[in-house]
Amino acid sequence: MEFGPYLLLACLEGAVLAAVLALMASGLSLVFGVMRVVNVAHGEFYMLGAVAAWAVTSMLGAGAVANFVAALVIAPLAVGLLAAAADMTILKRLEYDPERTIVATIGLLYVIQQLTLMTYGADARPVVAPFNSRIALPWVEWGENGLSLYYPWGLSTTSYKLFVIVAAVVLITGLRLFMAHSRAGLIMRATQLDGEMATAFGVPVERVYAIVFGAGAALAALAGVLIVPIQQAHYLMGGDALLLSFIVVIIGGLGSLTGTVVAAILIGMSDGIISVFFSPTLAKIIATLVVALVLVFRPQGLFGAKDR
Amino acid sequence: MSDVTKKTGLVAASDHRPAAPTRRQALKTLAAGAGAAATMPLWARYASAQSAEPIRIGFGKHATGIGAAYGRWYDRVSQAAVAKINGDGGINGRMVELVTEDDGTDPRRAAELLEKFANQSNCDIAYGTLFSHVVIGAAPRAGELKLPYFVVSEGHHVASGMLNRWTVQPGITDVKSQVAAMAPFITDMLGKKVTMIFPDYGFGYDHRDNLTPAIEAMGGEVVGKIAIPPTETSFTKYFPQIPRDTEVIYHVMVGPAVLTFVKELGEFFGPSRPEIFGFIDSLEAVDINSPGLEFLEGTYFWEGMPRYLQPDAPDYVKAYRDAVGLDANGASTSDPSDVSTAAHMFGCWETLHVIKAGMEAAGYQSKDDRQALIEAVEAMTEMPAGPAHPQGAKIFNGKTHQVFGPQYISKVEGGKLSLVHTASAEETLYPDEVDYTTMDF
Repeated sequence: MEFGPYLLLACLEGAVLAAVLALMASGLSLVFGVMRVVNVAHGEFYMLGAVAAWAVTSMLGAGAVANFVAALVIAPLAVGLLAAAADMTILKRLEYDPERTIVATIGLLYVIQQLTLMTYGADARPVVAPFNSRIALPWVEWGENGLSLYYPWGLSTTSYKLFVIVAAVVLITGLRLFMAHSRAGLIMRATQLDGEMATAFGVPVERVYAIVFGAGAALAALAGVLIVPIQQAHYLMGGDALLLSFIVVIIGGLGSLTGTVVAAILIGMSDGIISVFFSPTLAKIIATLVVALVLVFRPQGLFGAKDR
Repeated sequence: MSDVTKKTGLVAASDHRPAAPTRRQALKTLAAGAGAAATMPLWARYASAQSAEPIRIGFGKHATGIGAAYGRWYDRVSQAAVAKINGDGGINGRMVELVTEDDGTDPRRAAELLEKFANQSNCDIAYGTLFSHVVIGAAPRAGELKLPYFVVSEGHHVASGMLNRWTVQPGITDVKSQVAAMAPFITDMLGKKVTMIFPDYGFGYDHRDNLTPAIEAMGGEVVGKIAIPPTETSFTKYFPQIPRDTEVIYHVMVGPAVLTFVKELGEFFGPSRPEIFGFIDSLEAVDINSPGLEFLEGTYFWEGMPRYLQPDAPDYVKAYRDAVGLDANGASTSDPSDVSTAAHMFGCWETLHVIKAGMEAAGYQSKDDRQALIEAVEAMTEMPAGPAHPQGAKIFNGKTHQVFGPQYISKVEGGKLSLVHTASAEETLYPDEVDYTTMDF
């Protein structure tokens, strides 16, 4: 394949990964930013989103579009409620102690994974995309008559992949606006800055924590619903996603939404491009190396604020 | 991981095993008190009671992990084969019992299981595992434990001499022989310039290392070799490595994401695809009519045994499919969306029947006869097609511990796989690479 079309294909693949990663890592970052909880079970909420999407679409049995829209609404809601319940029954009782919550969420990871295995089973199951047509992409070349368009071999994407990218952009913009301009966002930011002071001003901090934990999980579930028509739902799919999310959040700066998005684009695109031109293993090696360098030279991450 | 232990067959009434240790204790005490001579008749009675116990076959099942779809069907076929063997009177008058455990498609766990089968769950032999990295990881333990290990794996690792005298593969053919039979079809019918896409581990390397010389021997050329990790979930990023002058894509993929793999292959090529020849592994347990797979129409697949019921299928094939619970489309009779791994799972049925034949030839009575069982299997040669070998007539090579059998090529026509070519077992033979019979037990 020629270099130009090759690069475009790599960027498109990278953009899909970046979109899903940005959504998922935003959830992880939100939870850490507000609650200071490192949620190791985050990948399992992503997996639950995908599995719930399969359950909703196969039970509803309406048209592909109606099924998918229902999954898009029901799956994040259900996963969010589950996570909020986990927060109230587990994390709250640990008083959000950083070390103990890590151990608790590791436990949660295994509980969710094994319960899924026992009920949903070990198979990967597909969800039909609401729409999915192949789009051949043109490329420019210098011909006899100057610039002309042609369709290179293999250069294509699908309408659904483009939809995933657009949906992620819309959702993350919405999340930013919500955090910056809504009253609920203000309360969350206030809790993030100083929990005790927020309590003094009458903010129900525990309820905010439950909502934030639920919302973080719902974002992961949403990412799961978006990816499942491309990748199928499988009980082990949370592992890689969790690793990449941590990489993104550490590079971007824990708790910084802007940093998370920038890092997701960086990691997603570089993963796409390096995987295409070299090997996917090299992409993972480089991403992990970047994490190490960031931790050494800029421990707060690219966009993180230094501890006051 | 959840351990699954299942009992099969008509064993409930005759299973004295839980009482045995206390009885043995009692006997020991008695022996100490009354002297050896007085207890002799009791010992003799105990010995005859033991031989009425079922023959226990430890079955390492890929119930979880990346091999789960295969594990589910391997289990069903094994259960059906054991039910049939028990219905026909068992082995040497004893019932057969499967002791099923989940190996998680994990080599380390599989090696632990062999230990458990030998030392804890009182199994006579071990059987079952498929994925090549699991077999390669576990088989050395079988050698150390001196436990006969009947694998249904398809890898070339048995016949290559990598394993040991206790590991045999008498029920499924290996990749090297399959590839040897496919290469002439590919170069004659489809094209000379071949790009291979294969999983990045032992099984994939068997394809890579054996297809290349086979294609070159037919005057063709392998122009691209693309290795993909079996745990990969997104594939489009690999496809630009396919050289532009490729005439035939040769694909074989495993793992939970095979449907995504084939779908993205179709999306990559669009309307201008080259000829495509796949190993059905890429679509095992996947409905060939899944959305996005329409482009497969007119492509070819290797099948170990046809998934769809062919019009001229003999009665013993129909009986096998009925016993396993396969409908005409190769899906479960109880759930049409539960598509089988038909091209591999017949190996379980045939292996269990070889175990039966081997134990009968060796006069197998107890674990002391394990070596005699291996020697009896090594002495086997012809295996005629029939109820015990529904996939077709086979030749067993006792020196390499590997069986050879017919290979099938099917074409996707009207959303079904139709058999277009059968290669005989003789066409798949290759020179021996090892002689296990010269090795020590």
